[in-house]
Amino acid sequence: MEAIVKEKVQQVIDQLAEKEVYVHLETTNGAYASHFDENAYNVGAFIRNAKVKYEHGKIVGTGGAYRVGLKLNLGWVYAEGVTDYEVDDQGRLLMAGHDREGRLMVALQISEKPFSHESVAQS
Amino acid sequence: MSSQEHVVVIYPHPDDESFGAAGTIASYREKGIPVTYLCGTLGEMGRNMGNPVFANRETLSSFRKQELLKACKALDVDVRMLGYRDKTLEFEQMDQVAGHIQSILEEINPTLVITHYPGYAVHPDHNALGAAVIEAVSNIKDSQRPELWVQAIATNYEKDLGEPHIRHDVKPYWDKKMAAIETHLSQASGMMSLIKEKPDFNENEELEHLRYERFYRWNFTD
Repeated sequence: MEAIVKEKVQQVIDQLAEKEVYVHLETTNGAYASHFDENAYNVGAFIRNAKVKYEHGKIVGTGGAYRVGLKLNLGWVYAEGVTDYEVDDQGRLLMAGHDREGRLMVALQISEKPFSHESVAQS
Repeated sequence: MSSQEHVVVIYPHPDDESFGAAGTIASYREKGIPVTYLCGTLGEMGRNMGNPVFANRETLSSFRKQELLKACKALDVDVRMLGYRDKTLEFEQMDQVAGHIQSILEEINPTLVITHYPGYAVHPDHNALGAAVIEAVSNIKDSQRPELWVQAIATNYEKDLGEPHIRHDVKPYWDKKMAAIETHLSQASGMMSLIKEKPDFNENEELEHLRYERFYRWNFTD
């Protein structure tokens, strides 16, 4: 991944508009947040392979951290704190925000095909 | 219990074995006792992406799988990947997970199984897999049932549970443990820099946690 170049990301968002796409949206502060700091809260959410079609999308912001909004027929997809991006070898738009230690805080990914991890039992 | 000693370690994430039990594992391998690691997931949803970042959400599982294989090579243990998804173990049907684990244990026929202490293992995957392992081992018939050790990591767990029955000082295997931890490049950079900043056991609380591997012996008659 590299630091977001707004114009480049906007171009890919535009290319994927008005198509059936799969979205991975996630935010997390880790499963150990309240273990390392008893005053902290564990908070996280993810949705993987939500199938949506957005009318248009925008990337907005300055100073290295951006917000992305995708306007759906009946709602929105939204992520804040996105800092890095990559268009991977499968043409998927991967966006993420990382903290100073490189830990992922937020991710928004858009793909024309469902996302899959390698995760097959071997026995 | 079978006569041929064999240890099976069951944790949900690549790196749980290195942080939690590498010294214990090394002590068994030194005696020539086979050890198998059943790794529940590939840690696909991990937050650490390397520092500096080299993985992303979609490539992380491939990196972690390679790291797992390297760690298991460093520790000289067999590994089997159970194929569950990071963060989702507690939402699986527990009897199915338990049945899956039981079938593998009945094939390996171990003398000792090591897992997390449900309710005292902080991460929901640790708690869920630990509970499934206890169910699995409970369901193995008495004559074949291995000993079961469970590991607590929650803050102040001793208040509830008392002193752990087993407390391994793994200092003799320290280099091996560090080598295993270091193979988990995407996950361990934070911990490794903590260790390098304060390499003195007496000054570094994290090192103390890593130095003593503690377990409770599960009592099946309860």
